[in-house]
Amino acid sequence: MKLMFGRTISLQLRLFVAVLLSVLLIIGDRYTQGGTVVRTSLNTLVTPLIYVANLPYELFSLGAKSLHTKEQLLTENKVLTEKQMLQSEQLQQYQFLARENQKLRALLGSSAKQSNRKIIAQVLSVHSNPYSHQVVINRGTTDGLSEGQAVIDEMGVVGQLTKVGTTTSRVLLMTDTTHATPVRILRNDVRTVVEGIGKINLVKLSHVPHSLDIRIGDVLVTSGLGGTFPEGYPVAVVTEINRDEGRPFAQVYAEPIAQLDRIRLLVILWRNLQEQISDD
Amino acid sequence: MINRYSLLIAITIFFALVIALMPLPFSLEPYRPDWVLLVLMYWSLALPHRLNIATAWVVGLLIDLASGSPLGVNSLTYSICIFVTASNFQKIRNFSLWQQGILVGLFLTLYHLLQFWLNHFLLGVYFNPQYLWPVVTGMISWPWVFLLLRKYRRHFRIR
Repeated sequence: MKLMFGRTISLQLRLFVAVLLSVLLIIGDRYTQGGTVVRTSLNTLVTPLIYVANLPYELFSLGAKSLHTKEQLLTENKVLTEKQMLQSEQLQQYQFLARENQKLRALLGSSAKQSNRKIIAQVLSVHSNPYSHQVVINRGTTDGLSEGQAVIDEMGVVGQLTKVGTTTSRVLLMTDTTHATPVRILRNDVRTVVEGIGKINLVKLSHVPHSLDIRIGDVLVTSGLGGTFPEGYPVAVVTEINRDEGRPFAQVYAEPIAQLDRIRLLVILWRNLQEQISDD
Repeated sequence: MINRYSLLIAITIFFALVIALMPLPFSLEPYRPDWVLLVLMYWSLALPHRLNIATAWVVGLLIDLASGSPLGVNSLTYSICIFVTASNFQKIRNFSLWQQGILVGLFLTLYHLLQFWLNHFLLGVYFNPQYLWPVVTGMISWPWVFLLLRKYRRHFRIR
């Protein structure tokens, strides 16, 4: 017969040990840098769980796809072909411009811009901590990812990598309260910083002086400062400016260009080492 | 060390983890009950010598890793909740199902307030009454979790 009422260790002691371990873990997680073997292996530990939890959604979308009618597919195909035509026209122009830019840079004696290495990742739909904005992707250290890499989609900046495992990693979205993105205004090259405020379709510009030349509709692009995001990717569009002179700074809000609530495919960028050295 | 009973309990916890991580439609997301905590509470009431604070701590760590919250937050809150249920299991067992539901609601409130408080310090989030919806849905789902797991326990004669 099992010992139903005689316990070996008292509950209070167990609780004490558990609380102590948790507090140590919280402090350790807060004040150590990522990328260590311990963290990667811990993150890898739950990978099977994430893939199992994602399975029903995958099956569902597979079923929905196989129920598409022929007409739907044909219209979709037509729309995509038209888009492809327009974009390839722009691409021809782009190659010309890129070459011209390279020549001009060579004439100026400045460093040439090289295209970075990149990889496409898919978002796994699993539930995340309700207090923060993040998504899980199906790439990890086996694809060469590391913490702090920039993540974008076809519209603009999405966020950066945190908590990398071997085959899954987490993307901290730019709308999370702990995330800030260095940006500049495309129109006049004024630098500022965009902060997440925990709303999926709103970000805030921090410490904007009242005299700053900023208007509603201004496009904010990454400034390349800070070293995480390469320069020139669109981040947000300014939607609200409140110049209340009673406050120390103007309240400026912007809307992210990437639709962060419906992302599915993402592009992960590598930093260009050569560019980094020559810019410094 | 791992015997048949522990394995059968581990299976239910694994299922709870999978359901807890499964995606829901965006509009239903705030109402998601804390399945894992409900299952842990059931086992800590039914078999307090098998499932205890140590298990709750480990499962909490798994949830932390899988849902991307700061490590240790769920371990801490799960341990405290299971401490409350495991230290009062003889009293709570004697209540009727709906009375148990109300008590479980109280424990869930404790869990969510602790959770919010820790996240407030670690991530700087602000309180939103929406964070307490899982308490209501958890209270409603408790009788069903209880009856289902009791049937499971009796069927496999887990002691």
